[in-house]
Amino acid sequence: MSDPLAPYRAAFERFVDAPATNGGGQPWLGELRRQAMARFLELGFPTPRLEEWRFTDISPIAKATFSLAARGELPAVEALRPHLIGEAVPRLVFVNGRFAAELSVLPSGIVAQSLADALHERPADVRKHLAAYAPFAERAFTALNTALWSDGAYLVVPRAAVLDTPIHLLYVTTAADAMVHPRNLVVVGATAQLTLVESYVSLGVEAHLTNAITEMVIEEGATVEHVKLQAESEKAFHTATVEVAQGRSSNLTTHSFALGGAIVRNDWNTALAAEGAECTLNGLYVPRGRQLIDNHTSIDHVSPHCSSRELYKGVLNGRARAVFHGKITVRPDAQKTDARQTNKNLVLSDDTSVNSKPQLEIFANDVKCAHGATVGQIDKQSLFYLRSRGIDEASANRILTYAFAAEMIDKVAHPGLKLHLSGLVAERLPAGSVSLEAVGV
Amino acid sequence: MLSIRNLHAKVGGKEILRGLNLEVKKGEVHAIMGPNGSGKSTLAHVLAGRDNYEVTAGEVSYEGKDLLAMRPEDRACEGVFLAFQYPVEIPGVANLYFLKAALNAVRKYRGESELDAIDFLKIAKDKMKLVDMDPKLMERAVNAGFSGGEKKRSEIFQMAVLQPRLCVMDETDSGLDIDALRVVAEGVNALRSPERAMILITHYQRLLNYVKPDFVHVLQGGRIVESGGPELALKLEAEGYAQWPEGNVEVAR
Repeated sequence: MSDPLAPYRAAFERFVDAPATNGGGQPWLGELRRQAMARFLELGFPTPRLEEWRFTDISPIAKATFSLAARGELPAVEALRPHLIGEAVPRLVFVNGRFAAELSVLPSGIVAQSLADALHERPADVRKHLAAYAPFAERAFTALNTALWSDGAYLVVPRAAVLDTPIHLLYVTTAADAMVHPRNLVVVGATAQLTLVESYVSLGVEAHLTNAITEMVIEEGATVEHVKLQAESEKAFHTATVEVAQGRSSNLTTHSFALGGAIVRNDWNTALAAEGAECTLNGLYVPRGRQLIDNHTSIDHVSPHCSSRELYKGVLNGRARAVFHGKITVRPDAQKTDARQTNKNLVLSDDTSVNSKPQLEIFANDVKCAHGATVGQIDKQSLFYLRSRGIDEASANRILTYAFAAEMIDKVAHPGLKLHLSGLVAERLPAGSVSLEAVGV
Repeated sequence: MLSIRNLHAKVGGKEILRGLNLEVKKGEVHAIMGPNGSGKSTLAHVLAGRDNYEVTAGEVSYEGKDLLAMRPEDRACEGVFLAFQYPVEIPGVANLYFLKAALNAVRKYRGESELDAIDFLKIAKDKMKLVDMDPKLMERAVNAGFSGGEKKRSEIFQMAVLQPRLCVMDETDSGLDIDALRVVAEGVNALRSPERAMILITHYQRLLNYVKPDFVHVLQGGRIVESGGPELALKLEAEGYAQWPEGNVEVAR
């Protein structure tokens, strides 16, 4: 058998010395990339022998061949429209991993540009943050991204700035068998307020690999609402890690919608590293067919008086599989921690499987921590209640399934985004003769 | 309208209904009274088509059709309505939209046009007054966080919106204070009509102070052991069910 890593090594060698790769010759970046690639080659792709990958066999990714795509021809705005939240919402569009200024509408009042451009214009700022929050020593996909990223979003929200509209980062893959390694760097200044949407879609292609890293710094007293929407083709592979460092009394709410791909693996790592920081992690995953969606979250309570809330819900159909692994660490100094974690799964067929694993590691003694996980079917009493009022069984099932998922959509504040999400989620649920508009969608 | 003959039904392997007979004509209001465990709620659920209730013998004819052969949703569309003893809470489904979907399903079944949100709202607002229901409850999820009284009002409100022909009310009076009971009873009375039949299943006589039944039946051991007029309810209230000890009820087959 040939070495599955060889194509990555070869792609890297071609890529790393190209003039555009390192912001016009910045040696520190070339060095970082080389270190990361060396580490990736040492680690290799993770296997189910590793605890973090026990239920997620990514050998289909390791066996497939992907290539670094050129940006290629840009899609028409018309083709993007179904993936936009609204015409008025500022957006940075990336096509096959590269910024497409022609398709983007930039926000004002903040620094919002492509990371590749930022590297030219403000290399010191980029260098300060890049790879500072997303360690790659033990994470093969992070290492691969760090070696091979070509672009992503660079956002800096100045102190006390309050943005009244979300900022949408849209990643579109249009090249077959492409691998794209989006790299985002987001710095939210003290007491600033930001709503950020990352969405990933396939346009006219089936198999491809997205391997994204987002590093986010939320400074003192800042408030961030983050939505990650993964809605690629049913044959796409998606691995993504978001790493967040939260400052004192900062507040983060995140909503992860994983709506399909052959294998989707999301890692979310938040460090509550200063007093009074709060985070709320919401998630919805809807795998169908033979899809596998794996969500790994880690909340690291480093400092006292921090709180975290986590609710991840899954709706599984067909032969779909889901993995939820929620780790909460409470360090010795993190007294008065208040952490709650819940994972609920609604199973619509007998052939699905769910592995739900809470992991609480508590080293402080004055803390409140709770967790729970459920796997169940549609509630029979609710079903009968709807049917007893004349609603047919398929529609009643549909309404109840949607209601289960809708709790997560309702938590998103922005109305346009809510509408966008409800349409996407409804499309992925079983059909019935009562339209979901009839029940308020 | 409804003819129940020699109905036997099991729940969880245990025979609860043991040869029940009942004839209900349109326009009539029947009260079925009985002690706990006599089979009152089982009868209600069998009529509505709840699964896990296994009919082992007998037949139920509704408007000349075999009711037991119909799916629950078709029974509802044919005009059978069960007001639940314990209305189910359904988080995530707004009351208003749930009821609109239900009414439109029933209308569609009858070959009538579906109502849009505005027309539906007009009907809903009108019927809410009937049971003095807080319009805010319509925006909330179905029964979610409703008080006991609010749930029962909501059942009668649904009944008013769906305009069924056979209303089966399963202990609608239970758990209500006297004011709520009066409101619910007024709603029921307003829905009495020569075209509509009602079966009130109750444990206590007090509902019958407000809704005058045409017939009162005593259910004991899964059968109707005595039938009479409203005076039977008063007798029951005074003397209890002791005169029909369960063990002495002969099982008809």
